[in-house]
Amino acid sequence: MALLEVKDLHKSFDELEVLKGVSFSMDRGETMSVIGPSGGGKTTLLRCLNFLEMPSSGRISVNGQPIFDSSDGKTLSEAEIRRNRLHFGLVFQNFNLFPQYTALENVSLAPKLQAKGGEDYKRNKKAVNAEIEEKSRELLRRVGLGDKLNFYPHQLSGGQQQRVAIARALALTPEVLFFDEPTSALDPELTGEVLNVIRQLAEENMTMVVVTHEMDFAAAVSDRVLFIDGGVIAEQGPPEQVLKNPLEERTKQFLSGYGK
Amino acid sequence: MFQTVLSSLSLGFLKSLEIFALTLLGAIPLGLIIAFGSMSRFKPLQYLVKLVVWIIRGTPLMLQLLIIYYGPGLILGNNWWGGGSAGRFAAAMVAFIFNYSCYFSEIYRGGIEGIPKGQKEAGQVLGLTNTQIFFKVTLMQVIKRIVPPMGNEVITLVKDTSLVRVIAVYEIMWNGQSFIKSSGIIWPLFFTGLYYLAFSGLLTLLLGWVEKKLDYFKV
Repeated sequence: MALLEVKDLHKSFDELEVLKGVSFSMDRGETMSVIGPSGGGKTTLLRCLNFLEMPSSGRISVNGQPIFDSSDGKTLSEAEIRRNRLHFGLVFQNFNLFPQYTALENVSLAPKLQAKGGEDYKRNKKAVNAEIEEKSRELLRRVGLGDKLNFYPHQLSGGQQQRVAIARALALTPEVLFFDEPTSALDPELTGEVLNVIRQLAEENMTMVVVTHEMDFAAAVSDRVLFIDGGVIAEQGPPEQVLKNPLEERTKQFLSGYGK
Repeated sequence: MFQTVLSSLSLGFLKSLEIFALTLLGAIPLGLIIAFGSMSRFKPLQYLVKLVVWIIRGTPLMLQLLIIYYGPGLILGNNWWGGGSAGRFAAAMVAFIFNYSCYFSEIYRGGIEGIPKGQKEAGQVLGLTNTQIFFKVTLMQVIKRIVPPMGNEVITLVKDTSLVRVIAVYEIMWNGQSFIKSSGIIWPLFFTGLYYLAFSGLLTLLLGWVEKKLDYFKV
């Protein structure tokens, strides 16, 4: 069974239809890159899947369970949306770290708040928080920031901030991790360290969707590439096809802009 | 003579301090309510609040003091403030709290709207509730942003307290000036100035300390 299944997803902003029916499915452990021109709907797709925008219509299922289905006529409550979001993690282009918290606090904040709702939290408060902190430290070590635990975001480089953001997204053990152009806001010399972390996650079989303009990276890590243009998936397939020998004219045109 | 002046000024200064403290106590929370009103998605409420804020910020506080104190008696024929000093003081407090709430509300609104949208979204994708986002993510950043402009208003308030003399609330300026008539001396007014200077100096130090405390992060 597919881990994530998206069926005929539409999204309009007033008159403007940005997503015109996007369907795809992903298996556990897959890494998928999403490429395409600006304004084509890549970011909107990610924002819809994370419910930062409400899809206009379509269906989203996780492990065969629909978490959004426009045909059932129900409006999701705040709490349901919140629960749905926990299937996924999202890493933003601009990191969006919380400036008043250290790297470690950024990572441990959400798990700690979540633990508060749990049973017998009051009794085990200390142990629960200690465990969360240890796990958060471990995550930061994994992204190579074990020596920056108590640094505030403004004391870190862009690449380091983005790695904290990745650790923060991993802290809630999402089933799928989405990246929205994770290196676009970085100086060229800092992109490598972030891409390496994503590559390492791919090797550990994390299920990921990466919106990116880094074609070499997409070719190297993806199991599959989605080319989105004009609100639809114009082409999809293994990277050898989509990036090297595209079947569609639009894909060829787009890639020629990258000098390949 | 010196003793008389000093005790008269000190008594007046206590009144000034009382106005200062009560205004902050009332206006800091009321300003937040007005700020939420001016950001309301319910348009009629938003426009109404903006109209009121415009009127209050667009007219002199002294005018507001006079209207609030004399208005009920002269327009409604019912001076609910009573004739005594307690009534005059109450009217002064209403005018001050309302006036300063409107100024604070604009500072709050600027502070809240200035937080990048991404902060809220980052909280949302981490499964935080709106309440958690406000208290755990946004609030501290808003506080850091509003401390300097709030500091300006607070310092202005110290000196604005002297306006209550137009409805005969006996604060330090009133008491200082009374010596011109009664004894033909001006030096008590210089001393009055020293009281203001000392107090606003103290506040400046305090505000500087708070800003420094919040220096550990950047927004």
